[in-house]
Parts: sequence; structure tokens; C-alpha cells
Amino acid sequence: MQKKRVVFNYPSHLVDQPVISKLVKDYDLTVNILRARITPKEEGRLVLEMEGKRSALEAGLNYMKEIGVEVQPLAQDVKWYEDRCTHCTACISVCHPQALDVNRKTMEVSFNRDKCIACELCIPVCPYQAMEILF
Amino acid sequence: MAKTIEEINEKIRRGKAVVLTAEEIIDYAAEKGVKKTAQEVDVVTTGTFGPMCSSGAYFNVGHSKPRIKLGGGRTYLNDVPVYTGLAAVDFFLGATAMPEDDPRNKIYPGKFSYGGAHIIEELVSGKDVRLTATAYGTDCYPRKSLETYISLKDMNEAVLFNMRNAYQNYNVAVNLSDRMIYTYMGVIQPKLGNANYCNAGQLSPLLNDPYYKTIGIGTRIFLGGGVGYVVGSGTQHNPDVKRTEKGVPKMTSGTLAVKGDLKMMSSKWLKGTSYTGYGVTLTVGIGVPIPILNEEILQYTMIRDEEIWAQVIDYSDAYPQFIPGSLGEVNYKQLKSGRITVQGKEVPTSGLSSYLKAGEIARILKEWIEVGKFFLTQPVELLPSVDSGIVFKPLKERPIKKHH
Repeated sequence: MQKKRVVFNYPSHLVDQPVISKLVKDYDLTVNILRARITPKEEGRLVLEMEGKRSALEAGLNYMKEIGVEVQPLAQDVKWYEDRCTHCTACISVCHPQALDVNRKTMEVSFNRDKCIACELCIPVCPYQAMEILF
Repeated sequence: MAKTIEEINEKIRRGKAVVLTAEEIIDYAAEKGVKKTAQEVDVVTTGTFGPMCSSGAYFNVGHSKPRIKLGGGRTYLNDVPVYTGLAAVDFFLGATAMPEDDPRNKIYPGKFSYGGAHIIEELVSGKDVRLTATAYGTDCYPRKSLETYISLKDMNEAVLFNMRNAYQNYNVAVNLSDRMIYTYMGVIQPKLGNANYCNAGQLSPLLNDPYYKTIGIGTRIFLGGGVGYVVGSGTQHNPDVKRTEKGVPKMTSGTLAVKGDLKMMSSKWLKGTSYTGYGVTLTVGIGVPIPILNEEILQYTMIRDEEIWAQVIDYSDAYPQFIPGSLGEVNYKQLKSGRITVQGKEVPTSGLSSYLKAGEIARILKEWIEVGKFFLTQPVELLPSVDSGIVFKPLKERPIKKHH
């Protein structure tokens, strides 16, 4: 089994189609929608986590691309500007998936984008504008 | 055997001074013993890198042709107002100043993305800023308006002057209410959702010299990446508070007023800072060297995180309403572990002052001393200590009489 966090960009004509249920029924994927912003007659964006067999994941993602959904890894949309980060740790207590984590010995902050769910709780908490999430 | 500042400086000159950081000294002295360590070690370096609102800078921008008197008029740097109640071309920029058209928290909770502190950071990094001014014009200063770019190198003087920095210990902020609050201690989650603290603990300058036996007016320090000086105790300096047996204050206590040449500083150690829903502030890097004059001074620098206690304060009610009382005491080892217990509940912690960067400052200062480019100073006068009789007063409001 494999897990992937991706962002789907929907063209407007697909917004009213039951695309995700296809992923579940036809490709046997477990889907967890983390964030969604879809408005009729406009483009939509969806952040989700998919879990399944490697071959099923690939086939599912290919299906999405074929019908015109732009697929990109979540990490691309989340930025940690390390040069702005002072390692103060203000973000640590609000980051529940521990994507922002601290080495308790050195008190150095690190960012693991694979764990980020783009919840944006860190954005107002960081006094140095070191986190940016484009969604 | 006691040492003097002059003897230590002579060793620095010869490249023989033994310097350790406030972190390194702990295990070193525990292993070698106080007596031997006090003889061997000459200086312990401290550091802190946290938000300090009572910071700012004053400038002399040079006279224009024809001349203008900025004093008494309105002057802005990148639309941020500066204080001009001074002579013709001197003014003061406060770290928390904001553009007049900034929405503040009218759009809740408010971003406060740009202000005086950001301008200080930009100037220090060599950038141009817009200087705009209007004036009333006089016979000797006829000009009434001015618009120009200016950078730090164009100015005659640019001096960082912070009237309160480097707080000796600080509150731990929590929120007992059921709504999110936005404070100078950060965003605090409802119902004890998190606890924010703001001190470098065992690396912090004034916690390593709790009775101010070496720090005073004229102490040379690391300031914003350059060299600065302690010019006295800072505002709200309040030495006579509850202390541990080792003399460490268990609450907010001493403070420093500092100054230094902004042109020698670095934007790495002066950072414009935005507290959502609160305002703009400047994060300042400060490092103070402690001369190990005798065993007593050494013992103060051996302080560990677990021996430094802070008060947990409710920022939803007790702090804003100025109601005394603490929800309990926690130490910095607990705070840095990521969890403390408040009212029987486990609460995750976040820092606002960077321990990692505080350590980096202490190491930079150590290196400056080791290579012989930073010498210690004998303070002209030590900071007022517990016997000074200083009382920290609240504002006593008196009704203003209405005359008809």
C-alpha cells in the first residue's frame, strides 16, 4: 500500500462530475479530502490524500489526467522560507501533523512537506511570514 | 583568585582568553569544579534573539538644498511616520510604527505585515527607502516638502536605540477563554490549547548575571550583528521581585536599554516581525559577555533551564484586566520539552524567542573575543539591583477637571 498527497486542479466543465467516487469504486483507493474549493462554472481545487496499491494509485492518477484534471504533489504549493525562519518555534504547537517539527536538543525547526496537510494554521502564527501556502 | 576586567582584556589581546558560552559552561564547571573553572575561564557569553517592541532607531539624514526643517512637520519612511519633535533633520523611527492607512485590526484579526521594524531591517540590508516630508517653512529652513530615496550609507548617523530590551525572564501566556486570542505573546488557542513563552532561559543575558554584578552602563555587547553598548537599565526595570535561592527572578524583572551603530549591523540579527492581531515589532539579537571575575560570578553563569522558573498567566482576562495572579510556575526545561501541565491539563508549548539563534549569538561573541576583536568594558555604573528601592508603578489615573 502507498500513500500520496496531491492537489487536483479541475477545469470548470468537470466540477459537476462525480470524479472522486470513480477513484474509490473503480480504482479501489481510500480517499481523504483535506481541503476543497470548488465553485460552479469556475475552476476547482482539491487537496487530498489517496491510499491504495501502487499500481492502482498510478492508474487512478492517469485517469484524472486523461479527463483533464491537472495533478501536482501537495508539496509544490507549500513553501517554508528557511531564510525568514528564526526557529522561534511559534508554529510548533499548532502543527498537529508535525510537518513543522523541532529537534528538542538543538531547538532547530524543520519542515517535512510530506506531512503537511495545508491546513494553514501556521500562517497567522508565524511572525516572520516564513510559511506560504498557495491554495 | 579574583580577576579584573583589565587582566581579562590583556589575555584577549594575547589571544589567550578562555571563553565558553552560557550553555557550555554548565557541564564544564560541573565536571571541573567551581574553583578550578573560575581560575581557568575568563568570559562566559550569553545570547538572546526575540521580539522587543521598545526598539527603534534615530537618524540624521543630512541637510537638503535649500534647507528643510523636518522638526514640527510630518515625515515618513516608506509611508511609516517617524517622530520629528527634534532638530531640523534628526528623527526617530519606532519599531511598532505603521503606515497611517494600514487597516490595523479593522479587518479582523489584522496582519500588521509592515512597519517601522521592517524598515529598520530593509535599511540594514542596504535597501533604499522613500523619505517623504512636509514642513511649515521658515526664513532659515524655507523648503516645505521633500521626496527622495535614501539609504543607510547616505545618512550621517543611524543609531539603533532600544529603551527596553533583553527582559530578564518573562510570562508564559495561556488562554482560559473559549475564543482564540491575538496577543503580543502570539496567537493563543482557547481553553488552554497552547502556552507561549519568550526567553532564551539558560542562555539569556540577565539570567546569567541575576543581580547585575557585572552588567551596567557602558557594557560592550553584541547588538544586531554589530557592536553596541548598554546605556543603562531599560524601562520597566524591576529588580525587586520574587527570586529563587540562586537569585534568579521567577517573573519579569530586569531590562536593558541599549544602543549601537546601525550601519555596522546585519539584517540577519534585526528582523521585522508581525504579530497577527497585535502589531509590528523588531526581533533583536543581543549577546552580553560576562567576565568571570570570581567564583560567585561563575556560579551565576552555571544556571540551568530547570532552575529558571516562569509564571503562567491567563492572557484572556488576568493580563488585559491587570489582575494579579499566576496559574502556576513552570521551568524552562519543561517549556522546551514541548509540554507543560496547567490546571491538571497537558498543554503544548511554543517559543517566541529563538533558542537556536541565541546559541549562535553566544558562539559568535565567543569567537570575536577569542580572535581578539572584542574587548570587555568596566561599567561606569552597575544596573540598579534588588536594594535600589525601585518600585514598578501602575498608572494612577486622576480625573481631569472640566473648566467651563
